[in-house]
This record gives sequence, structure tokens and C-alpha cells, in this order.
Amino acid sequence: MTDQELESEVAAWLAEHWRPDADETGADSMAPRRSAWMAAVVEAGWAAPRWPREWHGAGLDDHQARIVEREFAKARAPGSGQDRSNLWANTLLARGTEALKSRLIAPLLRGEVGMCLLYSEPGAGSDLAGIRTRADANGETYIVNGQKVWTSSAATADYGMLIARTDWDVPKHQGISFFFLPMKQAGVEVRPLRQITGESHFNEVFITDALVPAENLLGALGEGWRVLQTALAYERSVMGEMARGPRSGAAESKTEEPLIALAREAGVLADPVLRQDIARVLAYKQLNALNTARAKADLKQGTSSPIMSLGKLAMSRILHEEARVRTAILGAGSLLEGPAHPRAEDANFLTLNAYFTSIGGGTDQIQRNIIGERVLGLPKEPEVDRDIPFRYVRAG
Amino acid sequence: MAIFLDEDRAALRDGLDRLLADHGGEAAVRTAMESSAGYDPDLWRRLAEMGIVGLIVDEAHGGSGAGPVELETVMESAGAALLCGPFLASGVVAAALLAALGDDDAAARHLPGMAAGTTIATVALTGDQGLWTPEAVGVRASRAGDGWALDGVASYVLHGQNADVIFVVATGPDGLAAFEVDPRAAGLDVKALPTFDHTLRLARMTFAATPARRLAATVPVWDAVRRAMDLALVALAGEQAGGARRVLDSTTDYARTRVQFGRAIGSFQAIKHMAADLLLETESATSAARHAAARLAQNASDAAAAISLAAFACADAFTAVTAASIQMHGGIAFTWVHPAHLYLRRARADAQMFGTPSVHRERYLQALGALS
Repeated sequence: MTDQELESEVAAWLAEHWRPDADETGADSMAPRRSAWMAAVVEAGWAAPRWPREWHGAGLDDHQARIVEREFAKARAPGSGQDRSNLWANTLLARGTEALKSRLIAPLLRGEVGMCLLYSEPGAGSDLAGIRTRADANGETYIVNGQKVWTSSAATADYGMLIARTDWDVPKHQGISFFFLPMKQAGVEVRPLRQITGESHFNEVFITDALVPAENLLGALGEGWRVLQTALAYERSVMGEMARGPRSGAAESKTEEPLIALAREAGVLADPVLRQDIARVLAYKQLNALNTARAKADLKQGTSSPIMSLGKLAMSRILHEEARVRTAILGAGSLLEGPAHPRAEDANFLTLNAYFTSIGGGTDQIQRNIIGERVLGLPKEPEVDRDIPFRYVRAG
Repeated sequence: MAIFLDEDRAALRDGLDRLLADHGGEAAVRTAMESSAGYDPDLWRRLAEMGIVGLIVDEAHGGSGAGPVELETVMESAGAALLCGPFLASGVVAAALLAALGDDDAAARHLPGMAAGTTIATVALTGDQGLWTPEAVGVRASRAGDGWALDGVASYVLHGQNADVIFVVATGPDGLAAFEVDPRAAGLDVKALPTFDHTLRLARMTFAATPARRLAATVPVWDAVRRAMDLALVALAGEQAGGARRVLDSTTDYARTRVQFGRAIGSFQAIKHMAADLLLETESATSAARHAAARLAQNASDAAAAISLAAFACADAFTAVTAASIQMHGGIAFTWVHPAHLYLRRARADAQMFGTPSVHRERYLQALGALS
């Protein structure tokens, strides 16, 4: 099929099937329309155009798949391009058993299956390969015990992508396996975790004698670390993590930089020290935007760009510094909180929530290791626990 | 203006990199900085032959007719190699001022020689305060018979001691005006200033009833100065970004090979994390410098903001990278024979030329609409 023919076909298909109100996911009355729409997209092969038809794809190459995505984007129709964006379906297709793929690929593409991540543990944060949640074989089933943390959507999830230790007598990266753990069972208890901001976006998950069938294993037994790398790569490619702005909803200027408007409103815009601080923060933001634009241009020309890996460090600095400067602008006003003090709410929230970016998804310190080693080619730090059986690795 | 394609820029850059690798290495830099003129006339001639000296001079005057983007590209290479010479003074500031003033006669008399490298020109712009603002102009002009006479002081004049012609911005009876002065004119005293950056040449000029020829300006003189300063800041930003990258590269090379406690020091997080932070500074400086050049080339409405941003971001980055580089090397970089201090000196000099980082931060904020 030529590009032109494909473009016409997709456009015609969209014209026939797509009704903009099908995406009003907020209202319950629309939910059936949404699910009918997603079913139609999957049925037609547009959900994952690069995938083979056997797995509900259209068997297109990347160039033609982008034509499909472009037509969907033009119509503002959701659901296409999931072969790039659907973390769960991609991981499953890449490493799952035939049985599990047959059971879950289509529902995942239709968005019918709730999913969550069961990676981090209280004792395994930066050192993720140090997990101690165990999965012990018992016939065609594994019995899982342990504790996971920082899991969003755990309460509503049908499955969790779980890493658990299945072999304690090999070095730490080699004894890990990767499962789709059914969440709705007696052995899985979800407790909301209250963050320093007072919000609860994450949960702790306590797993006690929970069961997972062997067909829910992704990759071979003991290959979980490699499967995890696959999953993390998909996650990173779609994350493009959006930093959250203030949450108070207090009106922010549309015509002026909010930081400048805030200082003007607080009557301190003439303060030369604050002016320098404000200029610094605005510069950090602009420099990050310029770096990102340059990285994208580099990628288009086919050269790899090391700049992308710097975005996280840049964003952490922007968020921490902006919160600091907002606080400085408010002065004693930042002592207060509550709905009557929205500016203080913003500054204080941003101060605490900045750690979401500088710790979450790997701390800035781990990110500096990655940049130092993968971009600048500096040697790795020796790891004392790398080559010894995990059973003998020091914990605490 | 001539049209430059990406491949033309790449060729320009490759040619310059090769020339500097052959004739502008560290030994050449040290020889140049220890000479009284402060540069290698042979390298200067080769740069002129390559079209670098006359890079931004119109083709009609024998130049290459390039713009800010090519200038920034060239300066990244120059900064990496710590190139010594009067390019910024003559090829950028003086050439841009002369072109911007619109005095066709003066342009025709001087630009061809400047483009060929046979005339070294400079601009005397600021007084002892070194602020590069209209208020900081330290020379007064008055009528003297048919001509003009200058009195006062201009300082921090780039390569003033090497200049064949001096363009002086002075306050006259009807405001700021630009003048042409012969360095051998009566009543002119040119003193070389001792500079912390030994690769830099600065002079202080005292004018006492010094005869001068007024340049016919078709635009307000400070507008022309600002145009020259914009190009100079883009050039400096490129030099700083290129210098920062070279220093970061050589520092990480060293960290990969220097062994202490039985391992390469780059494996220690104390060093590795500094390097990661410096990479962010270096990439940001590169983005800022190239963006400023592109916006100026398009005469975009946000060019002023982009140039101010580049001015302080690149100055701060180059200073931070060169300072940290010495710390990361340890004792070897505390020695005179190691080049690390040469780059630190250049970084500290660049950060003060044409306005401090704080001044540019303030201008950036104003360009974003935050008038105080």
C-alpha cells in the first residue's frame, strides 16, 4: 500500500467511526462509548499499527505507522500508537508466554485491564536489584511474599508487573524473575502512603502467600532483570515526565512569567537580589527548553543525543530553585497555609513536591552516575555485592 | 550577506579546527601570550586567508559576508583552542560598529584592510568603570577648527596597543558620536594594561586635545554600538561554550586515566558527579550560544533576551567548568605548566567583558518584561 492510500484509508475509517464525544471519559454515561471506540480501534489494527496482525496490529513499518498516528492525531482520536506508548502491552508482547498474551494483549490495548508496578521495596530503592520479595515455585504456581512501595493505582489494578527473587544462591541480578501478579486476591493488601505534601498518590503493597500462575512469568526464570530493563526502556520512552505546577488553583498570570507576576504582586519586584534569583530560575527553564529542542534536532539528523539524560537533573534544579525563590518572594507569608493563603500553599507545596522529581524514578545522584558512566565514559564504581550469592549480601 | 549552508559551516569549522590543531596548540598559545603583541602574526595571516578575520565583513569590502551563526560556530573552535589575537577587537567589534554606523567612506577606507588582517582596528568605548553603557563613556568631543578634539579616558580597550586605527565613542555637544583616531595622533597616550588573562591584550587610552575625525552615522550611535555589542556577546558566548566543552573533555579524559587508591579517579562519585553537573552547564551554554546566534541572525523580537541569556549562562558555565576542572585534576593543575589555569583566566576575563553576568541577568529579566 502506498503512503497516500494508507492515509486515505485511515482518514476514511476515522470519518466513519470516530465521534469526538466518545472520548469524554469523565462522565460515566460516556464510558460505554469509549470502550466501544477502543474495541473498534483494536479490531481495525490501528491500536498498534507496527505489530503483526496476529497480535491485533496492522503489520506496518515505522514510517507508515506514523502516518496512522498522524491521522488519529489530526482527528484528535485516542487509541493509536500503543506499540510505542502502552508500557504493559509492549512488555507483555516482548516477553510474555503465548497463553498470557492471548489472554491479555487485546484487553490491554482496549484499556480494560488496570495495571500497576511492583518494583521498589523499602529496602531496595536506588539499588533495585537488591529486592527481597520472594517467589517460590509450588507446582505450576509461585507463592509470593514481600512488600512493595511507591505503587500508584494499586487499589484498582487487576495485575501488577512484579519483580521477585526466585533464586537466592546466585548474584543479585541473576536471581530475579518478572511476573504479572493478579492483584485481586486475598494475599495482596494495598495501603495508601501519605506523602510529605499530605497527598496520597502512591501505595504500599503487602504481599502474603499470594499466588501467581507460572504462565504469568515473563522471560525465563531468573531473567527478570533483563525483562525489567525492557519495561523500563518503554517507560522512559513514554514518560517525558511533566513537572507539576502549583496546585492551589490561584490565578496565575497568562501574559507574564508567573514568578515575575508573583514578585510584582508581593511588591518586591524592585529588590535587586530577588531579581537576580528570578532571572536565574527563568534562565534554567529556558536553557532546559533549548537543550531539549537541540536534542530533538540532533535525533532527527540521526546522531544520538546525550542531552536527553540531562533533563532530569535540569528539571530537579528548576523545581527546587523555583520553590526557593517563590518562598523568598513571599517572605513571612510562606509561614502560612490553607485555602486563605494560596500563594503560600503553592510555594510550600512546590518546595516539598520538588523531591518527587529529584528522588522519584531514580535519585539525581543515581542519574549523575548514569551520565558520568554512559555519556562521559567514566568507569563504574566497584560494587561489592555484584558477584556474590545474594544470600550473603549485606542488608539493612 | 552571503548564504551559508550547514555544510559550509561544517567546512569552515573543520578548516579552522585543523589550522588550530597545527598552528594553535598549547605551545603556540603560550608563545603568543608571552609575546608583547599577544598573538602570532603568522597564524593571524592564515586566519585572514581562510576568511576568518573578515568573517562578518561584507563581501563588497573583501570579507566573507557571514552572520552571527557562522561567527558563533567559529568562536566555539577558537574558544576550545584558546586562540589569541585581535579577532574580537578588530574582526568583530570594530568591523560590526563600522558597518552599523553607515559611514560608507570610512567603511571603504578601513574594512578591506581589516578583512585582510593587514589593518587592526579597535573600539574605545568605556571609561575606567568598565561598564560598557552610554553613561560610562569617558571621552568628550569638542569642535577644534574644522575638525574635532577628544579629551578624557577610555579603558579596557581590546588590543588597543596593537591598533592601526581606533574608533572612539565620545560624548559631543549633540550627544554620543563616533570618531576615528590615528594611534600616533598628538595628545594620545596608549598604555598597555597588565591583564590577569595573559592571552588577552587591553589598553588604557588618555586623550588630551587629540585630533579626531568624526564618522558620519546614519543611525543613533548607541544603536550601532549595541549592534556591535550584540555580535560581540554572541562571539563571546560561542568562545565560552567551546572553551567549556574542551575543558570538560580534557578533564574527563584525565579522570579516566589518573589512578589513585588502585582505581581511575573518574570511578569515584565525588568526581563523577561533578563531571555530570559540568556536562549540564556545558550543554546549556552550547544551546544558549547557538540560540542567541540564530535569533540575532533572524533579527527576532526575542533576540535581546536570547543574547542576554547566552551572555550570563555561558559566562557562568565557562567559569564553573574551568574552576571545577582545576579541583578535579588536583595538584597537577595547580602548576603553571598545566593548561587548566589558562582556561580559568580566559573564563574570568570573558565573564567581565561587555558587562558582568549580573548585568546580563538584569537585562534578561527586563527583556522578559519585568521592568522594576
